[in-house]
Amino acid sequence: MTRLEIDHLYVPVAGRTILHDIGFTAEGGSLIGLVGPNGAGKSTLAKTIAGLLQPASGTIAVNGVALDTMDRRDAARKIAYLSQGDTVHWPLAVRATVTLGRAPHSGRFGTASPGDRRAVEAALHRADVLSLADRNIQQLSGGERARVLLARALAVEAPILIADEPVGALDPRHALNIIGLLREEAARGALVIAVLHDLALASRFCDRLLVMRDGRLAADGPPHDVLSPAGMEQHYAVAAHHGTHEAERFVIPWRTLNAADRKPNQEGETA
Amino acid sequence: MNRLPAPATSRIGTAPLCLILLGILAGLMLASLTIGYVHIPPGRLVQAAFGMADPATTTIVQQLRMPRMILAALVGASLGGAGAVLQGLLHNPLAEPGTLGITGAASLGAVVALYFGLAATVPMSLPLCAMSGAAIATVILLVVARDSASTLTLILVGTGIGGIAIALTSLAMNLSPNPWAVSEIAMWLLGSVKDRTFSEVWLALPFVIVGLAALLAAAPSLDLLSLGEDTARSMGLNASRLRTMAIAGTSLAVGAGVAVSGSVGFVGLMMPHLVRPLVGQVPSRTVLPSIIGGGALVLASDIVVRLIAIGPELQLGVLTSLLGTPFFLYLVLHLRRQLP
Repeated sequence: MTRLEIDHLYVPVAGRTILHDIGFTAEGGSLIGLVGPNGAGKSTLAKTIAGLLQPASGTIAVNGVALDTMDRRDAARKIAYLSQGDTVHWPLAVRATVTLGRAPHSGRFGTASPGDRRAVEAALHRADVLSLADRNIQQLSGGERARVLLARALAVEAPILIADEPVGALDPRHALNIIGLLREEAARGALVIAVLHDLALASRFCDRLLVMRDGRLAADGPPHDVLSPAGMEQHYAVAAHHGTHEAERFVIPWRTLNAADRKPNQEGETA
Repeated sequence: MNRLPAPATSRIGTAPLCLILLGILAGLMLASLTIGYVHIPPGRLVQAAFGMADPATTTIVQQLRMPRMILAALVGASLGGAGAVLQGLLHNPLAEPGTLGITGAASLGAVVALYFGLAATVPMSLPLCAMSGAAIATVILLVVARDSASTLTLILVGTGIGGIAIALTSLAMNLSPNPWAVSEIAMWLLGSVKDRTFSEVWLALPFVIVGLAALLAAAPSLDLLSLGEDTARSMGLNASRLRTMAIAGTSLAVGAGVAVSGSVGFVGLMMPHLVRPLVGQVPSRTVLPSIIGGGALVLASDIVVRLIAIGPELQLGVLTSLLGTPFFLYLVLHLRRQLP
């Protein structure tokens, strides 16, 4: 089983330390939500795990091997990254776009091997975009494009998938659809870490939540522990509605709390 | 980009496309040797090429038409290849050495070499200065592109670089000691491969070959950039290596081309767009066809300027700009709906 270990991670961006002393361990077969207010450092952490930002100190290790000792392409085969946004710069066909996900596996000038083709078809199938395979990606709807880009990330067949706001701009149906697909990947044994803002989705679908606040890991645990009424107040400065529907628990942010409503020790820690 | 109703599936393969373009290129090379003030039938052409025809024909073919033909193909190949790689690298359909000011900066470098008399004493200084100009412009563009990837910003910065290059070139002409030098620089700036010799071919050829090799080496990595740099890097792309290859390739090929032909505009813009729908819009697959096609396009243009008999022969760069500017405007208007 894949094991991701992060220890004492400090990450600077443009000379300023954004992430402070991040540490956690995660294993395959789980969907972990990375939540927290805007500007807390969620995307920075996602990018650092994906190898896009260089930590100042600390380690990220996959199955005991530190990321910075791995060859670039080796690391790319271990950790797939689904970026925020859905820009594809040229009107490529859907299948060609998904095939790009095989880059960490192919030789520099190599054409797609039968294994690559199988992986691409499997990814198209898993993200339910097989019927769109010959379409121009720029002509798809936002929801369809999100599924295609997820298929691109799945085509890497990495044991770890980092998704930065995969449901950020999607309507409810497509958001449920994408988070369901991430859930399935976790069920297949992958470790999926997703940056999420929708706490109703995060509390329902994630096995575990990591709450980021001011560049630090503020809480780490099962969704309903970290998003308890006290947690919602502490991390988000909001009061929330906690409910149960069809035997599943959910959290809905209800109203903002102003300074007077809050405990004295949490002043000035939003945004 | 072009939102084609039936996109990537309706394409001919890259290899057949390249073969077709090579055939066209070969035909144009032959035509380029045949056509001119003196018509030389293909039979005599072969004899003349090997120095077995009458002295006059041999001189025309060996001294006048062959260098011209080779330079036209080299310049076109450089511009086409650089345009295709720059468009892929910056994922910007308007990118090309001309619109980004690289050609202008290379011209300025060459003018500096001409103006200070370096070119007369050390012939190699002409391509070296032109390539340095191209490299400086490309580096500035890449720094800007890293901070803000907006298509508009990049084109505006390119226009700025081009503007500065033109201003400094004008300054050199303004301060020029005699009218002969001014007219020499002016004619050279219009872009032409007329009256060139093999010494110019040998001057440009090595740099163009190395430059094109770098551009071709950069090509396979361009596809990943379609998904943005973060995603590309997450798949193992060495982005700085790719950028270095692209800058080096563009500077060498375009700089050397400009050094011997002056500025021939818009070939780098047009060629990748002409081949893109034929290769499924895949950025890496546009590079080789754009190199071959660019050579063919400039050769064809150079034949056309010889055929249009109006007073003094049209300069090559004038013709490509006359063709390219409407194309550029069409692209801008066409893209306006899709750009942020």
